[in-house]
Amino acid sequence: MIRIDSVTKRYPDGTVAVDRLSLEIPDRSITVFVGPSGCGKTTTLRMINRMVDPSEGRILLDGVDIQAQPVNTLRRSMGYVIQNAGLFQHRSIVDNIATVPRLLGWSKQKARARAAELMARVGLDASLAKRYPYQLSGGQQQRVGVARALAADPPVLLMDEPFSAVDPVVRKGLQDELLRIQEELGKTIVFVTHDIDEAIKLGTMVAVMRTGGKLAQFAPPAELLSAPADAFVEDFLGADRGIRRLSFFPSGELELRTAPVVAIDAEAGQIAARAADEAPYLLVTDLDGKPLGWSAAEDLTAGAIDRDRLLSYGRPFVPGTDSLRAALDGAVLSPTGWAVGVDATGRVVGVVSQQIIGEAIRSAHATGRSTAKVGR
Amino acid sequence: MNLLHFINAFFSDGAHWHGYDGIPTRLREHVQYSVLALAVAAAIALPLGLLTGHTGRGGNILASIATAARALPSFGLLVLMFVLLGFGLLPVMIPLVVLAVPPILVTTYEAVRSVDPSPVDAARGMGMAESRILLRVELPVALPLILSGLRSAAIQIVSTATIAAYVSLGGVGRYIVDGLYQRNYEKVVGGATLVAVMALATLAAFWAVARIAVSPGVRRSG
Repeated sequence: MIRIDSVTKRYPDGTVAVDRLSLEIPDRSITVFVGPSGCGKTTTLRMINRMVDPSEGRILLDGVDIQAQPVNTLRRSMGYVIQNAGLFQHRSIVDNIATVPRLLGWSKQKARARAAELMARVGLDASLAKRYPYQLSGGQQQRVGVARALAADPPVLLMDEPFSAVDPVVRKGLQDELLRIQEELGKTIVFVTHDIDEAIKLGTMVAVMRTGGKLAQFAPPAELLSAPADAFVEDFLGADRGIRRLSFFPSGELELRTAPVVAIDAEAGQIAARAADEAPYLLVTDLDGKPLGWSAAEDLTAGAIDRDRLLSYGRPFVPGTDSLRAALDGAVLSPTGWAVGVDATGRVVGVVSQQIIGEAIRSAHATGRSTAKVGR
Repeated sequence: MNLLHFINAFFSDGAHWHGYDGIPTRLREHVQYSVLALAVAAAIALPLGLLTGHTGRGGNILASIATAARALPSFGLLVLMFVLLGFGLLPVMIPLVVLAVPPILVTTYEAVRSVDPSPVDAARGMGMAESRILLRVELPVALPLILSGLRSAAIQIVSTATIAAYVSLGGVGRYIVDGLYQRNYEKVVGGATLVAVMALATLAAFWAVARIAVSPGVRRSG
């Protein structure tokens, strides 16, 4: 555990970058520092590996002051990932990744073998090993940066705006990859970003900082969204706070209806029975059970259902895996106001109306039962 | 009476290829002076340039010293050194070294200064010692520019080393100085041609060094 104990960083010109910051960074989880530029988040991160020394206060790593050991020993025990990756352009990819193991005195052969292993772990093709950084895309370079930081298997990973220089699609891929790697490796990750969505997506705990180096709130992301500490945090979280919070409510307990679902080869009697029983619309599936689209019951003629005349079914969600946000999104996207639930293979398991989702949201609020992040 | 005629006459004269005043001897002397002067200048300027470039301190002082040194006329300095020190290699070496230090020093400083700061930050954050950062991270990336500084210094030395002949030392300058004195223009042109050829050879040598010493990752991205 990393404990930041009333740390202040004041520069000779009087600027206070970090102001009496105290918090505990839990082990084996991602702690995100987020805030506008000049809030001291990067300074805080850089104080953990002593790239910056605090003016006051101290930082403890597993109960021991980080000043107690030689600075380079400390740094080699912490992976360090920066914006733009900061790769060594004169070294091949595999040698870039092998940097810290080599510093620790591993043989060249062992360090390279380890580097090759890490390339696979971060999703880099082995054929890139002998390339040079300029031959890689920004996203690939950043993966190399992450692999290099992980090379000596440090318990702590410091990441300073690692994904902010790549385009949104690549960034999402890198974020998903980081979450996957974290699930496998369970590092203590300290992550700095100015992007609140990234903080909410990645953080187990989120520290929102404000200009002047003050901690505004330190909370799990769901709590941040449901109970921002003050107007600054609320403003920084931005619009759609309520909708985004739904990401933390599971969809597993939604009551799915199976009645308004008919296969494309349904007989007239089935269509009539389903229509009488339930909604004004019926969901038509193919013979495999995969959704095709909605239609008003009276427009369906048994044996002659025209696929092209069906209404869009929006984006289906996977009950139990996806969140209430995904379910609501599906319902809002469909002109019928019903969301389609599918299993992992894409077969329809049932449909659910906006009204039912609304009730589920109300009851989730009432019990306050938001969980760890769910699917999407 | 044209230039090519002089060149042809000089190089086809068998007498110019033998003995203590023969072309091989003079070339060897010239190369010796040049290599020595470049080595001394590099020994002074490279460490200074690398250190100031790495720390970023002393850049302004460096620039003013370099400018001042560039303003010194090599020939004037040679005469002064000759008056002060008499005959010998030292009065020749001093002006050559003074000539070569500024381009090496300034380009080395600039080369290290202009290295992308983010790999340096990454290296430091990974626990690399400062000396290793300078030699293993900054130097390989700065190398093409540093070599270009050494190259221009080397070419200036090669062409200026002709002044050694004025203080009765050898080198290709012998032909120029003696030729002028004897009104033997064939000799003057021959000496000048040899200087030009040596300058070209220097260029080729540095090109070859850069091919071998600079990482393909730096060469192609630069």
